[in-house]
Amino acid sequence: MDSPAAPDALVPRIHRVQKVTRETPDTFTLALAPDDGVERSHFRPGQFSMLWVFGVGELPISISGDPARDGLLEYTVRSVGQATHALVNRAIGDGIGVRGPLGVGWPMEAARGRDVILVAGGIGLAPLRPVVNEVLRNRDEYGRLVLLYGARSPRDLLYRRELAFWARQRDTQILVTVDYGGLNWHGHVGVVTTLFRFARLQPARSVAMVCGPEIMMRFVTRELEHQGLSRQSIHLSLERNMKCAVGFCGHCQLGPLFVCRDGPVFPYERIRSLMEKHEL
Amino acid sequence: METLERIIAEHPFFSGLESYYLGLLVGCAKNVRFEAGTYIFKEGEEANEFYLIRAGKVALEIFAPQRKPIIVSTRGEGQVVGWSWLLPPYQWRFHCRAVENTRAFALDGKCLRAKCEQNHDLGYELLKRFAQVIEEQVVAAHYQLVDLHEAER
Repeated sequence: MDSPAAPDALVPRIHRVQKVTRETPDTFTLALAPDDGVERSHFRPGQFSMLWVFGVGELPISISGDPARDGLLEYTVRSVGQATHALVNRAIGDGIGVRGPLGVGWPMEAARGRDVILVAGGIGLAPLRPVVNEVLRNRDEYGRLVLLYGARSPRDLLYRRELAFWARQRDTQILVTVDYGGLNWHGHVGVVTTLFRFARLQPARSVAMVCGPEIMMRFVTRELEHQGLSRQSIHLSLERNMKCAVGFCGHCQLGPLFVCRDGPVFPYERIRSLMEKHEL
Repeated sequence: METLERIIAEHPFFSGLESYYLGLLVGCAKNVRFEAGTYIFKEGEEANEFYLIRAGKVALEIFAPQRKPIIVSTRGEGQVVGWSWLLPPYQWRFHCRAVENTRAFALDGKCLRAKCEQNHDLGYELLKRFAQVIEEQVVAAHYQLVDLHEAER
């Protein structure tokens, strides 16, 4: 896709922090609203924004909120470095520069009428949360929704209340696992690929969307193919070192592709050979 | 009323096993139930059974000094627990606890070992199935080693 970046894609708009929700000990969801009160751009599930903490730096962060909720953008951020630490420590009312929404999102149109299989590892659930919102809001337009979600431990699970809520919805199967659990954990223990045994899948009529560490996605795609999904039906969200976020600078280049502009969501068929190259 | 042989034959672990072998196995099998919270076996104890889970969930736990016990794996309906009965020194390596009320078939390891010594074809059928379970567990353990869910994105 070679569509030029929107004229204002390089100019951040000031947003104000409306709410900060602590999801886990190191992960927070920030709700931002435009400072001028004018919502100019709706996002599509899977898109991201560049969030600028003034004086610290700019970061690509997936949008994790509900696409149908006007005027409010949500971002789930794990505090792992200086910039993300600064981001999650913003107070209510603080300003953050926002560029976007940017990039190519999940194939929601192609998923209509089909079962939707979501596989998430760790904070990879954040960009898939808008897909769940979208499917549950337009329930009759999609087939079954199956979410397989793995986290390191029970305390690292995101959106716990929503997971419980989603699990009560019709035609929806939510499977959660952790790498290890304490004695109070009554759920599944094992890596996310061990959940496939319990998933009720109809591979021929399914679209799969996968987000997590690339090593996880590598093993998950292998399992999805083993289950009978075609490569064309599997979509992955990649993360690279995005800087300009509009395909100019080349920091996020993956072979002939720019992850910021051509992705971050790609059909597996398109990037499989690139993912397997050690040099990239 | 369903026979024990028929129910065992329907368990995924024994999928495709000839009825002759099922007939040999069934003499070593019994129905068992465990209430949630019950320990099914503990590390270091003699391992003389394995379990085909019919319903419920069990957890494998590791205890280490100075640390809280942690669950490293769970098994549910259609899965099998325990291969320490198969290899010397026939001792459990983990604790196993029912986290939900659990129904299972317990197969007597001593009884099976004796039958496998007499009938190597039966032994081969069992080993093929356990090799599959062991392979799945080794792969899962390798994935856990690379911190699959939280490797830096």
